[in-house]
Amino acid sequence: MKIVVAVKRVPITGGKMVLTDDEQAIQTRHLGFTISPHEECGVEEAVRIVEAQGGEVVVLTLGPAEAEDQLRESMALGADRAIHLVSDEEWDAQATASALVEALTSEQPFDLLVFGNESADAGNYQVGIRVAYALDLPVVTGLKGLTVADGRVRCEQEVPGGRDVYDLPLPAVVTVKEGLNLPRYPSVPAKLRANRKPVDGRPVERPTSKLEKLRLVVPEGQGKQAEILGHGPNAAPAVVEVMQKLGVA
Amino acid sequence: MNVLVLVEDDGELSLQAVALAQQLGTATAVRFDGAYAPAAWASELAGRGWDALVGPGSDRGNEVLAHVAAQLDLPFAANVTHVRGDDVTRQRWGGTLLEEARVHSERKLFTSAPFAFTPVTGLPQVETVTPELGDAVRVVEHIAPDTGGKVSLADAKVVVSGGRGVGSSEGFAIIEELAALLDGAVGCSRVVTSAGWRPHTDQVGQTGTKVSPDLYIACGISGATQHIAGCKGAKKLLAINADPEATIFAHADYAVIGDLHEIVPAISAELRKARPT
Amino acid sequence: MPEAYQWPTSARAVVIGAGIVGNSLAYHLARLGWSDLVLLDKGPLPNPGGSTGHASNFIFPVDHSKEMTQLTLESVRQYRDAGVFTQSGGIEVARTEERMQELQRRMASAKAWGIDDVSLLTPAQVKELVPFIEESVILGGFYTPSVGIVDSLRFGTIARERAQEQGALSVFANTEVLGIDVENRRVKRIRTSRGDIETETVVVCCGVWSPKIARMAGASIPLTPAVHQMIDVGPVPHFRDTKGVIEFPIVRDMDTNMYERQDGSGLEIGSYAHRPILHDPEEIPSNEEAALSPTELPFTEKDFQQQMEDALELIPDVLNDESVGIKYAINGLLSLTADGLPLLGETPEVKGLWSAAAVWVKEGPGVGKSVAEWMGHGESEIDLQSSDIARFYEHQKSRTHVRSRAAEGFNKTYGIVHPAEQWESNRNVRLSPFHARERELGAVFFEAAGWERPHWYESNAKLLDEFGDRVARREAEWDARWWSPIINAEHLAMRERAAIFDLSAFCIFDVTGPGALDAVQRVSMRQMAVADGKVVYTPVLSASGTFKSDLTVMKLGDERFRVVTGGAHGMADLKWYADHLPDDGSAQITDLTSAWTTLGLWGPRARDILGSLTADDVSHEAFPFASCRTIELDSLRVLASRISYVGELGWELYVPIEQGSRLWDLVWETGEPHGLVPAGIGVYGTTGRLEKCYRAFGFELDADYDVVEAGMAWGRVKTPGFVGKNAHVTHRDQDPVAVLCALTVDDHSSRDGTKRYMLGREPVLSKRGGPLVDAHGRRSYVTSAGAGPSIGKHILMSYLPPENANVGEELLVEYLGEQYPVTVATNDSTPVFDPENTRVRS
Repeated sequence: MKIVVAVKRVPITGGKMVLTDDEQAIQTRHLGFTISPHEECGVEEAVRIVEAQGGEVVVLTLGPAEAEDQLRESMALGADRAIHLVSDEEWDAQATASALVEALTSEQPFDLLVFGNESADAGNYQVGIRVAYALDLPVVTGLKGLTVADGRVRCEQEVPGGRDVYDLPLPAVVTVKEGLNLPRYPSVPAKLRANRKPVDGRPVERPTSKLEKLRLVVPEGQGKQAEILGHGPNAAPAVVEVMQKLGVA
Repeated sequence: MNVLVLVEDDGELSLQAVALAQQLGTATAVRFDGAYAPAAWASELAGRGWDALVGPGSDRGNEVLAHVAAQLDLPFAANVTHVRGDDVTRQRWGGTLLEEARVHSERKLFTSAPFAFTPVTGLPQVETVTPELGDAVRVVEHIAPDTGGKVSLADAKVVVSGGRGVGSSEGFAIIEELAALLDGAVGCSRVVTSAGWRPHTDQVGQTGTKVSPDLYIACGISGATQHIAGCKGAKKLLAINADPEATIFAHADYAVIGDLHEIVPAISAELRKARPT
Repeated sequence: MPEAYQWPTSARAVVIGAGIVGNSLAYHLARLGWSDLVLLDKGPLPNPGGSTGHASNFIFPVDHSKEMTQLTLESVRQYRDAGVFTQSGGIEVARTEERMQELQRRMASAKAWGIDDVSLLTPAQVKELVPFIEESVILGGFYTPSVGIVDSLRFGTIARERAQEQGALSVFANTEVLGIDVENRRVKRIRTSRGDIETETVVVCCGVWSPKIARMAGASIPLTPAVHQMIDVGPVPHFRDTKGVIEFPIVRDMDTNMYERQDGSGLEIGSYAHRPILHDPEEIPSNEEAALSPTELPFTEKDFQQQMEDALELIPDVLNDESVGIKYAINGLLSLTADGLPLLGETPEVKGLWSAAAVWVKEGPGVGKSVAEWMGHGESEIDLQSSDIARFYEHQKSRTHVRSRAAEGFNKTYGIVHPAEQWESNRNVRLSPFHARERELGAVFFEAAGWERPHWYESNAKLLDEFGDRVARREAEWDARWWSPIINAEHLAMRERAAIFDLSAFCIFDVTGPGALDAVQRVSMRQMAVADGKVVYTPVLSASGTFKSDLTVMKLGDERFRVVTGGAHGMADLKWYADHLPDDGSAQITDLTSAWTTLGLWGPRARDILGSLTADDVSHEAFPFASCRTIELDSLRVLASRISYVGELGWELYVPIEQGSRLWDLVWETGEPHGLVPAGIGVYGTTGRLEKCYRAFGFELDADYDVVEAGMAWGRVKTPGFVGKNAHVTHRDQDPVAVLCALTVDDHSSRDGTKRYMLGREPVLSKRGGPLVDAHGRRSYVTSAGAGPSIGKHILMSYLPPENANVGEELLVEYLGEQYPVTVATNDSTPVFDPENTRVRS
């Protein structure tokens, strides 16, 4: 069983978005970074499958040199090795997919390709799908349940009113969502082992973008001035009055 | 401009997509029936002549449009809030950050960001298509939710949500109590699910469930951007927090300042009092 | 308590910062009767997001510093009172032999400061208490059962609420201070995001933000925010059945600069071993921007690699378990200072602006009480001289100095620091005019107050042959570290011939004006209404009659008194004098430290040497002891002052700084044929003065003992008033509770035969090995230790209970785990060498 998981390095934001002076990025001076949440679950799931069935988990990213941290995080969760496409620039989804396809081609054959449904920062919802087409593989997205057995994968997607189920032959591409599992906290030995696992770094050059980022903008607050209904439990009657007015109580 | 808009139903998101489509040009609406098979639906759409293809900013809308984008090798801007010629504004970080971008393509692919457009009052004429699925991947089974009769988070008219301030899994008892009294659903922040106090299915946020209740009650939630991304669809937001400067209050319609462990039960008690026995 | 307070337009005092320090201080001020107090914080309550909010919250009371130990013990007392202290015990483990010796020193300090329930454990004993430790990697442990953890946030809340309940305090969270207005160098008002408050007293308890706040007023709080990494792992199977938060002793892995403590079901692992990571107070994220809190910064995993290996080695049982995951990891921010001590007291730059910063949770409540007392009574029960913010010279307040020393000190947080250890960073800032000559003579420089001072001279190595066996050597490496037998040889040469000393580090300031006499009279214990040219050595007392300082005053004229004090406390002394100037502006102070330099010349040949250089009459009759006058040496007009800290005939010679080099050359040229040697501070500060039993401030003299106990109550009490007079008079009327004595070591032989030499702060014990405790609960310990080459003995100074303070009394001193016999040599200020002071008065 060989599973490749694509991950992205994203900042951990607080309560406020602050941009760099050139409005091209979030000011990350005081921020930590992590694997985008959906993808973290993807790595955890891949590791669980391989722990049960044997095989290898390879993790892949396109990002700056510091993205190696996220590859190490992934390997601390249990991934076996990593491929790092190194670029300091921000790539759009279409270009990202192309670069990943190139790296993935040399990793074939694999059984399963795992993506996050959308990255926490850019939220483009399309990289996994584009890669699937390029590799001529079937794809299902937004999965909250995944079972691999007998050369097939049973996929569960949350929809209004329940879950939709798909059944695909392997090899296949899936995109997953947080909630698929609760990723483990890596142990100290796992962290130390991760530092010794191999990372294959390759510089890549970004092509011209067809969805060209011009600038980022922090949306204006709606200028909401919350109406203070009271302090402490004494506010309860005022709250119930509002609820009645809204028709929910 | 010839615009084709994919609609799912007569829900808000589809009506918003139609609004965007009509803004861009002459819009024709299409819907699909039969089993959901995104690749096949996308093929159908990709084969038509349009200058712009618009979909709702729902899971399926984004998925189908992404398939079209992959099939036609076109750029696709998901969750747009504004379109001006070749320039778009689209959502990042679940809507708590915006990106202004330029589409370098004659043919445009957009999904409309939820609640960014005033929905049209009713659907225009909609063509229904039943595509040939062939061996396209499709839904093979539907599992109804095992909610035990409880209202689902995504559908709830009232969501009572708890954050770090609740303090523990046991602390959610008062949250559940209030939710039950209001026929609402229980939600929580990502901190709570990471701590293992509630399951991920309760999580409201950018990577959890995005809710749009009539009233969202945020108890002990500070208001991190990724949480706001999940509840900004609420019509009204009541925040209960001990810190009067908590970020959540900047997004709230109503505020109660103080200890949620005292306030939430007091509201429940007041509700019971107001009900005929 | 009201839900919201009315915004005060004025306040008796404004405390900025609601961390452990600000909350404690507000409580203690209220307790002392202050009202109209305001407490502000820019963050929310109860956790505004400062260092208190993420602190490891454990307290190890034993410290080599008496002051820090006292603050910690007082803090523990308050934490216990508030019901937020959980005792767990703590063990400092050793992985190396050198550390095992250091653990002995910890034991000694514990005994010196009265913490008796400590013990040294074998690895097996450590394992009994901490079953998950790997005993094969440790050699032993120092166990303090009274170690515990506290809920610092809860304590702060309780403290603050008590003050509020009294009606003394109004509290405003989410209120940012935007400016502090100062008029005539005094605080006038603060400006905040909510409005202004007129006030003359502001206390900055802002932790890592303190420098930024102080700058608003034009003052300096010299600290730097720095990272200390910590992670939390769990769930730990060993802790599954724990009922509270902690049931196992906390482990400090000293040699790896790390600690491990149980935290409920998890294990917290912290480190001071990584590269120093310093931040800027201006760049700390706001509460909104920060993902966790402004002082919980993103973890830099690369810096924790070695620490993970070290922790795994010590606690493999827990950490090798793959189910024990890393749940929390931060680069936590705390405050570091250049010398590792807190910053307390009124800032010297701005009256009314107080600092209570760079304080750890373990000292917080003690600092709150002490600073409140200082603000209210002018002094605190616990002597805070080491933490006095007035102690710094200008260059020591610079960003570069603070950062370089903080970085150097950081990795020594659990380090083995020799009592005489020297700093490496930012040296050579203050060089005396004699510097070049000293280097030519092979001076080994030690730093004091930023000055490079020769401690001894390598060129004097030839004296070792000259004096042979009379020069005591030291066999053990630790005793001989930062020391040389050359010091003893220089001492003997001085006593036989003469020596010159570089005394440029003196802090010198003139008190001038019509009110000058009044100004010096009111802070000096001794009579200042003396003839021109008189030199007076005087204690400077606090209101409670204990020591604020000791220094020398030269009366140069009716309106000019020149105060000369040691460099280490010079700036604090300067502030004390300035604070006590008459209100009518009739006296001024001018700092002349950088205007004058001082060369000391002492020894039997001193007069011969000086006499050859000047036509002025320097005979004993013409130039008596304790007098000063200007004489001409060659073309230099030198202010010569005939006093001596080394107990020899001689003078302090003062010239304008630019003439120092010439002065040196003149004295050197003339002195060489007389056998003049250059001598260092090893002699001036230790051997010379110890043989004369001269007290040193910060060693024998501090706020814990009064003048009578120090044996310095000579003559009558002067009639004019002075700070501390009433208390001093009372002390004279009572029997002293302790007596300062000089002791000599009878036998230096340790168990293995090596001769050991005490360095200071060792506990002095009864003949049966028990502690000596006076009626005020003070333990006897060595305040100063050093060689007495002229008497062939090692000398120790110590306060003893009166019943033991008998000449000839046999006692013990404990040094590195062994006890050595000592005998009381003097129990008053009688010197052990030249008791009649014939040399000085010759």
